[in-house]
Amino acid sequence: MIDNIIPIAIVVGIGLLAGIILTIASKLMAVEVNEAVNKVHEALPGVNCGACGFSGCEDYAKNIIDDKTVKTNLCTPGGSEVAMKISNILGIDFQAVIGMQAIVKCSGTLGNTSYVMEYEGLQSCAANKLFYRGRGACHNACLGYGDCTDVCEFDAIKVVDNVAHVDKSKCVGCGVCVAKCPQHIIKIIPASQKLYVRCSSTDSGGITKKACKAGCIACKICEKACPVGAIMVKNNYARFDLEKCIGCQKCMEVCPVGVIHLV
Amino acid sequence: MKEILIILMSVIIVDNFVLSKFLGICPFLGVSKKLNAAVGMSLAVTFVMIIATAVTYPIYKFLLVQYNLEYLQTIVFILVIASLVQLVEIILKKYVPILQRSLGIYLPLITTNCAVLGVTLLNIKDEYTYIQSLVNSLGAGLGFLLAMVLFSGIRQRIEHNNIPLSFKGVPSILIAASIVALSFMGFGGVIEGLFI
Repeated sequence: MIDNIIPIAIVVGIGLLAGIILTIASKLMAVEVNEAVNKVHEALPGVNCGACGFSGCEDYAKNIIDDKTVKTNLCTPGGSEVAMKISNILGIDFQAVIGMQAIVKCSGTLGNTSYVMEYEGLQSCAANKLFYRGRGACHNACLGYGDCTDVCEFDAIKVVDNVAHVDKSKCVGCGVCVAKCPQHIIKIIPASQKLYVRCSSTDSGGITKKACKAGCIACKICEKACPVGAIMVKNNYARFDLEKCIGCQKCMEVCPVGVIHLV
Repeated sequence: MKEILIILMSVIIVDNFVLSKFLGICPFLGVSKKLNAAVGMSLAVTFVMIIATAVTYPIYKFLLVQYNLEYLQTIVFILVIASLVQLVEIILKKYVPILQRSLGIYLPLITTNCAVLGVTLLNIKDEYTYIQSLVNSLGAGLGFLLAMVLFSGIRQRIEHNNIPLSFKGVPSILIAASIVALSFMGFGGVIEGLFI
């Protein structure tokens, strides 16, 4: 009988001792977790996309609480609704989220441009980019393997006819695809922007024209047509000055290659 | 001194815990995707191995042997290691929050890591002294680190290659792991020769 009690007593004793030590330790060394941080974290959508500029939702929540200068409307996926919730938790004035969305600045569908190589390696834009300058005739062209599709948390970007397209209704403007694209042709723009140039080619007009029917050839016709001087050709492709643009669409009408599109 | 060096080197290279004893395979396959995570996990394992040995060895020698209860070692060691890891986590959270954040997710994983339990049990089976046990645990941890770092490099190479569909993912990783283990067998007998 006594032979059985000792082993049981030892195991129970060690277990009890460990339990007591752990309890005391957790009481003595309890770290205060800020209630507000948890509340803000819960209010955030929790996709950890990094659109706010912090490394994930938890980090953003912590920074909102710790640093009063951090704004509550940085979460573009959550939109104004989340900004409202956070502002309520903190008891400060609410500012609407400036909606952002991604656009792909390339019109290089197979009808407009062509491929210069038969690539059969790893089916990803990043890998293809390593071969010379990618498979497209234009070295700024969308490579069309959909690296952006793979990283999108919201299923908002799809490759259609070999060019990535953004679904406006789904895109929240987090910018994950912008960082992923090896061609740097995806840009984040404010949702208020009306027009954009669907091309990123920095080659001169002649070279662009040979590579792609729909590329911006830097002819400057749009520049002359614009009544408010909101469009400027710089570094061989046209770009908008958002503050001046009134959305009259005159540039769109005169563009000989039809590269200016409504957002 | 020579003996300690032999123990250290042989447990790192020849008797590598992951690659020749096949302990701790779960984190070896699970956490070796990224180099940073692999190093973090290995350092946490090394740390826990050393303190687990430091605590379980006296318990075995002065408690279990005393009452002829050697057969209880497995269950007692599991109990001790599990609560020890919890305690370490609490202490780190309070005093070294940065370390806790980087090791954070790995510490609970280590509670059930067979490599940690394995090293404490093998120390006793091999009849090491206290110092030798500690050195053996350090070596086991470093061996784990070596295996993890090597394998995370190999995995990154695999990922950037075009693998036949049926081998994608786990199959190719398991094959790679077996080849790495095979190459480590080449070290057999090297250590004894080094220190003659």
